[in-house]
Amino acid sequence: MKSGLWHDALGQLRGDRAAMASLVVLGTLLIAAIAGPAFVGFREDEIDWANMAASPFEADGHWLGTDRLGRDLLVRTLHGLRVSLAIALAATLVSLVIGVAWGALAGYLRGRADALMMRFVDVLYALPQVFFVIILTVVFGRGPLTLLVAIGAFGWLTMARIVRGQALALREREFVEAAIVGGAGTLRIVGRHIVPNLLGPVIVYATLTVPQVILVESFLSFLGIGLQEPLASLGNLIADGAAEMETAPWMLAVPAGCLVLLVFSFNFLGDGLRDALDPRDR
Amino acid sequence: MPLLEIRALTVEFSGTPAVRAVDGVDLTVDARESVAIVGESGSGKSQLLHACIGLLAANGRARGSVRFEGKELLGVGHVAAVRGRGIGFVFQDASGSLTPHLRIGPQLAEVGMAAHGMTQEAARAESRRMLECVHLPDVERRLMQYPHELSGGMRQRVAIALALVARPRLLFADEPTTALDVTVQAEILALVAELCREFGMALLLVTHDLGVVAALADRIAVMQGGRFVETAAAADFLAGPRHPYSAGLLAAVPTLAGLP
Amino acid sequence: MSLLELRGVTVRFRQYGAGARELVAVNSVDFAIGEHEMLGLVGESGCGKTTLGRAILRLVPLAAGEVRWRGARIDRLGQRAFRPLRGELQYVFQDPHACLDPRMTLLESVAEPLRGLDPDTDALDRARRAQERLDEVGIAADLAARYPHQLSGGQLQRAVIARALVVDPRFVVCDEPVSALDVSVQGQIVSLLERIRDERGLASLFISHNLAVVARLCRRVMVMYRGRIVETAERRAIVETPLHPYTRELLDAVPGIDAGARGRLLRRAARARPAVDDSTPAAACAYAARCPHVLPRCRVERPALQPAGESRLVACHRAGEWPGGLPPLASV
Repeated sequence: MKSGLWHDALGQLRGDRAAMASLVVLGTLLIAAIAGPAFVGFREDEIDWANMAASPFEADGHWLGTDRLGRDLLVRTLHGLRVSLAIALAATLVSLVIGVAWGALAGYLRGRADALMMRFVDVLYALPQVFFVIILTVVFGRGPLTLLVAIGAFGWLTMARIVRGQALALREREFVEAAIVGGAGTLRIVGRHIVPNLLGPVIVYATLTVPQVILVESFLSFLGIGLQEPLASLGNLIADGAAEMETAPWMLAVPAGCLVLLVFSFNFLGDGLRDALDPRDR
Repeated sequence: MPLLEIRALTVEFSGTPAVRAVDGVDLTVDARESVAIVGESGSGKSQLLHACIGLLAANGRARGSVRFEGKELLGVGHVAAVRGRGIGFVFQDASGSLTPHLRIGPQLAEVGMAAHGMTQEAARAESRRMLECVHLPDVERRLMQYPHELSGGMRQRVAIALALVARPRLLFADEPTTALDVTVQAEILALVAELCREFGMALLLVTHDLGVVAALADRIAVMQGGRFVETAAAADFLAGPRHPYSAGLLAAVPTLAGLP
Repeated sequence: MSLLELRGVTVRFRQYGAGARELVAVNSVDFAIGEHEMLGLVGESGCGKTTLGRAILRLVPLAAGEVRWRGARIDRLGQRAFRPLRGELQYVFQDPHACLDPRMTLLESVAEPLRGLDPDTDALDRARRAQERLDEVGIAADLAARYPHQLSGGQLQRAVIARALVVDPRFVVCDEPVSALDVSVQGQIVSLLERIRDERGLASLFISHNLAVVARLCRRVMVMYRGRIVETAERRAIVETPLHPYTRELLDAVPGIDAGARGRLLRRAARARPAVDDSTPAAACAYAARCPHVLPRCRVERPALQPAGESRLVACHRAGEWPGGLPPLASV
């Protein structure tokens, strides 16, 4: 029978309307991103010569209109959503794994090891991310992997700091001392006692990181140093849409609206999780 | 007329499952009288006190009547209003009463000013007087210190001083010595006894420790499962409790008698 | 040969804050514990008793002195080298809510030490042995599958004791194992410890601030004040004929439930003496500031711990003056 603690947290989350609504929205967006394009009649690179830059009201069959090249905006947006989500989730996962391992170990070891590990974090923190991305792009070319590395290389830093703070506090708790008395080694203590007890803040922070990553990636793509054709994220779509803002406003509105919905939902969910996982469970 | 009159007090907490912590209890406390409510964790004794002071959690509801000097106390709202009525309270952990980031002097003065409308001058003088009443050494220095700079026993003395500002007629105390060492416990109990006599205060004390009761109480009420199972004068009770649960509580107190 | 022997054990802490100073938590402590012996250690908060217990288990480093286990020194060992010994020396913590991992069931927590200290066991073995220990302390399997926040302090403390016993140690430090519990539950745990003491013949250092609890369990008692042992004696001697004024204070402080308790307390009130927290000069008796029998000599010369009758030690300049032990303060 799995935990009372997670069970109680889920119960509390269920009571939070904004969070539950967000969960529904995110679920829908996820399903739409994965399965959606199959249901829309058009392919994402299919050019409809008869309906170029057509608004949602005049184009037949294109529910959200078409872009400058006559490609269906709905299916393009769904693909963009897919790409944005994939990169965001992958980058967050990388940040999570590295950040938690780094921070938990530093916080537990304290002293010189901690100082060294966190100074390393401080140095990386000081580097300007965009600059770094540009260099990476120049060296390795544009592409999802470069983007993932660029974002992942910075994403784990804040996670490490947060986790280290939590680990420092946890280390002083009596049950950690009890584990030492019980003959557990460092890795066992960090893995079995410290990390599981800081998962609350980690989950919350991860949920709030995803929208940040989406925004960073969108920004980079918007600037033209993120992804390039034929891959298009929401950022790329927004860039294209911005160029046509006055003549074909739906080209901007649709992907931007999708982005906003995505970011809002993750943030509400993150807030809800933070309240639900608040360690007031004594 | 009794100073404090509790009638048919019931405290319930909503949730799954809903809990009835206090189940229709009656109790009176006369002026200058010390009454102790004794029970284990989960008996409902703390909830009873919290309901009187207005400190119930958000999902708690109190029904019935709690009258202090003839006026209804339930539903008065929050703690500060209760303080202003001539009631003081001391909690188990002094950090429940003391704000960690304020110095002691200002905290005491604030109670005087907020709850009793004193001027700053009067509040400061009163604070000093109260700290002396609780025999805190080196009062001038303490006024400028933060709570964490004092030992547990001294913090509890300050908490008592806080409760005494503007001379309450009734003092509520929730496990006032539980977190303290035996030697410090003895001192604090002695202090509370002395202050009750000196200021003519009534005392309603909640505790799980019968040792505390023997020292302070005139009357005892034993609580189990939200109800009183026995009420008696303390002397009679200690000589021979009637209810088996009470007898069990009495037997559990570690004493120096009958050592192997 | 004693099982555990301490000689001149001293532990220091650096205290930060207003004027960083060094606090001597444990100051030159000597004692020995034999096989199957339960030795009591009484003192107030901050006297160093918990630090002493933790120093024995290598949780804090020694500034000076020796700790010998079966004759061999163990105080200089690094954490790694000490680990095999943890199968023999165990610890029962004070606050059961704090010393159990909130994310593990009781069974998992109790089985945990077997992982590191008995590597030949597999998961099933561990679970079985853990449940055996839990049964021994009165926690059935259905309770053992629960999480700490679902259980009471008394139940948790039983599990903590089971966890200390699961590796079959020879010696256990019990650090205030009942202080965090309701008085009614304290009695149950004390009985449990009595039973374990009788059945297993475990050697133990029992630490508490309540002399009544210590005297019930331990035949020999040490009294500690401000980092030093001030009196050591058999329990009857401690309770009936105390020689050190601090021991007397501890005895007087034990809450009485007899008819005379109120009177004693009120007489005490007339003499309410608040605790002093100033640090004492090294060359004086640490208790001088609080002592009702203080002499000028006490403020300038620290009394050494000396024999005072059979198997008795006292550190007081006036120890010989009350051959029948110090009388209760109330009648002074």
